[in-house]
Amino acid sequence: MLFTSYGFIGFLTVLFLLYYTVFRGNQWKLLLAFSYIFYAAAHPSYLAYICFTTLTIYVAGLRIQGIGDDSKEYLASVKDSITKEDKKIYKTGVKRSQKKWLISCLIVNFGILIGVKYVFPVLLTFNANLIPLMDIIIPLGISFYTLQAAGYVIDVYRGTVPAEANLGRLALFVSFFPQLIQGPISRFGDLSATLYEKHEFNPGVFCAGIERIMWGFFKKLVIADRIGPLVAAISGDPEKYRGGYVLALLLLYTIQLYADFTGGIDIVIGIGQSLGITVRENFNRPYFSKTLKEYWRRWHITMCEWFRNYVFYPVSTSKALQSFSKFSRKTFGDRAGKRIPVYLASFIVWLLTGLWHGAGWNFIVWGLLNWFLLMMGEELEGWSDGLEEKLHWREKFAFKAFRVLRTFLLVMALNLFDCYATVGQTLGSFISIFNTGNLSVLGDGSLFELGMSPADFVLAGIGVLVMLAVSLIQRKGSLRERIARSPFAARSLVWIGLFMVILILGAYGIGYDASQFIYNRF
Amino acid sequence: MEELMEILKSLHPDIDFEKEDRLVEDMILDSFDIVTLVTEINDRFDVEILAEHLIPENFNSAQAMYELIQELED
Amino acid sequence: MKKRIVRIIICILVIVLLVDAATRLLMPKYVSDVVEGNLICEYYQEPNKDFDVVFFGDCEVYENFSPMKMWQEYGINSYIRGSAEQYIWQSYYLLEETCSYHRPKVAVFNIQSLQFNESQSEPYNRMTLDPMRWSASKVNSILASMKENENFIDYIFPILRFHSRWSELKAEDVEYMYKSHTVSHNGYYMRIDVRPAGDIPAAKKLTDYSFGDKAWKYLDMMRELCEREGIKLVLVKAPSLFPHWYDEWDEQVTSYAEKYGLDYINFLKVKDEVGLDFNTDTYDAGLHLNLSGAEKMAVYFGRYLKEKCGVPDRREDSALTGIWAQKEVLYNREIEEQRIKYNL
Repeated sequence: MLFTSYGFIGFLTVLFLLYYTVFRGNQWKLLLAFSYIFYAAAHPSYLAYICFTTLTIYVAGLRIQGIGDDSKEYLASVKDSITKEDKKIYKTGVKRSQKKWLISCLIVNFGILIGVKYVFPVLLTFNANLIPLMDIIIPLGISFYTLQAAGYVIDVYRGTVPAEANLGRLALFVSFFPQLIQGPISRFGDLSATLYEKHEFNPGVFCAGIERIMWGFFKKLVIADRIGPLVAAISGDPEKYRGGYVLALLLLYTIQLYADFTGGIDIVIGIGQSLGITVRENFNRPYFSKTLKEYWRRWHITMCEWFRNYVFYPVSTSKALQSFSKFSRKTFGDRAGKRIPVYLASFIVWLLTGLWHGAGWNFIVWGLLNWFLLMMGEELEGWSDGLEEKLHWREKFAFKAFRVLRTFLLVMALNLFDCYATVGQTLGSFISIFNTGNLSVLGDGSLFELGMSPADFVLAGIGVLVMLAVSLIQRKGSLRERIARSPFAARSLVWIGLFMVILILGAYGIGYDASQFIYNRF
Repeated sequence: MEELMEILKSLHPDIDFEKEDRLVEDMILDSFDIVTLVTEINDRFDVEILAEHLIPENFNSAQAMYELIQELED
Repeated sequence: MKKRIVRIIICILVIVLLVDAATRLLMPKYVSDVVEGNLICEYYQEPNKDFDVVFFGDCEVYENFSPMKMWQEYGINSYIRGSAEQYIWQSYYLLEETCSYHRPKVAVFNIQSLQFNESQSEPYNRMTLDPMRWSASKVNSILASMKENENFIDYIFPILRFHSRWSELKAEDVEYMYKSHTVSHNGYYMRIDVRPAGDIPAAKKLTDYSFGDKAWKYLDMMRELCEREGIKLVLVKAPSLFPHWYDEWDEQVTSYAEKYGLDYINFLKVKDEVGLDFNTDTYDAGLHLNLSGAEKMAVYFGRYLKEKCGVPDRREDSALTGIWAQKEVLYNREIEEQRIKYNL
């Protein structure tokens, strides 16, 4: 069920009605039922996967917690008779048996993820008969819910959250339908705070949620889906469309990706809000970042945090890396020696981030290029800081704008890996920008023949300006709060206007292919 | 405490660590700084800071870090 | 609380008005190029719907029979409820709907559409279905017509289908937002220009000539409805030279008509008796007839209706005579206009 389908709008309407009326006392149970319906609508077999994952983390969570509780009880009972040494040994033993549960749970779940996402596609290349099975074997959104489920078990292990004793509640956390397919990747501690509470109908909050959903629809239908056909046409034929076309693709895809992905997340957060549930923000005006490092703190935030909390930190504080760090400082001196282990940990993170996005070399290269550029930034930081200080550029607007533009160009170039199927095509197309000499296609109307008419360009352009204006206003505080504070007439004018714009100017219906959310594939 | 201050100063000479209490939230310390810090602290204080200790509350101020170290030494 | 309810009502009203205005603006007007889309809705503007004969079918009815000529010759009060590529289920539901206004004595159905067992084209669906007034017949017709990529809600709110016309709006879209227009003469689409039929392309052999289940089902339903309502059902095949009408198809219709005692007139077989000359009586080389052809058809078929079906001469009815007199003015005016347009 696409977010932008009639079916989904109907599904939401029924949910809202039941949620605040008949099921007022059982809201989270209703959400669980609807989440499973939503997931089963994609394919009933997917339920088996998600139920299995839920069961494994449920059992592992409870066991880890149980072992911890038992040990505390034991230690309390022998408080006076145990030596400090023995206590330490005992505690290490407890940790070890907890870790056994954690590790086996992670192995099973990531094993499934690796199996369906990386091994199965390889099998496909050997045996074409398996292709019809693809829809059954690769469950929608598995990359997202696996991370979220793994995060829960690790948090229980770390003692950050208590294990959930109610299987149904945990099942809802894993399958909560708005974020099932494209995130955000919530942490149990964050989402559970509002997920299971009883929510009374609050017109203000509800309307604010609908407003957010409509804003998401605007980005997705008016901008992203309008650009979609052109992006697909250019990236679909890298032999034919080179040079100037690739340059157009760079910009258009970056706009499409932003509008589509942030629009999708707007819809997710808006649905959450309409239900009284707080879903974490996943973006913070990322294209205004001054450095690539800052960009990765503002784009797809929950994924980055996941990799930081559950990969980067454990790897970099692991015994192996700590001792490598000692060795490295001895060998390479203090300055370089400190950095090398961190860069190594970061390398692993970016390799995995690339792989998580897809089982292809272009995603791996994309991840490692990100890593390389981040490390370069890290190395050059001191040097450029000094220079800026000396020249008193720091606070100048033009210099800030330059840094934002530079980061944007980098991100655009990196996004190109997303457009093409192979590294060769990506690099070839990128290089063709500089040596094809057909930049005239940008101005001579050639672009209009690929699925976007001049009117579509104008409309998409206006849409981008609206997004930009909203982002600029947000720098000075929340636009949505300002709308909420304004008089009813003004508020409803905004809502009705937005609704009519989506209704008329959205790229949906017959004549437009319902393009899946770009992030579904991952 | 003094030893900790020394480590912090060497990492970011321009920050007044006595006063700051939102080091992580204000992004003064990024994840790289934190990992570097952990290595340093583990080394000097002979403790073992694990990934589960790497939460903003433990690194937002010098005081918080010091408390973490003491807890671990215990 | 009261204030809130008032606010909500006002909001809903504003949205309804805006959506309605936008729908009217964005719906195709069928004024200049594809006028066929206007045919179905013109029926509702008829002040007096007690027609004795009503035709159903595709372009083979609305371009090939002139109701005006039948009135002039025999006083037959008839109407053509035809539309472009009207599928048989659509014809059935139009017949059903027509009966809810007035029961005709004779229903004439052109059987060309029996060859289709499913709707072939979404835009044609829209041309027949959108202009229908809401009724159970319309709902059932939509359900029977929808192709896989269509949604029922697109028919309830046509703006969902036509919103993308925002980039191709013309002055006429504004002009006809709240205004209707008439392109037909009792459902007859008039053309007076001539393009003689030349070589007709040879018909392709088909692998299977039998009509589909769904097509037969609706023909049965049509026949049963007529039996129930006491309407005489007449099957016809217009004398269009192509698309090709296969003998194998003709046999199936003939035996069906025999089995149920229906009249079936294949005009392709009687075109000489009608007096059709495909050098002068067609405007598109044999696909459709022009005015000259449609009037010859009216004379021939009108006589049949009068003699074999007992359709009354209603020229004594002064109210009806008045209505037809007005129609005649428009009919003659259009002939004049087209003479100028086509330089004849």
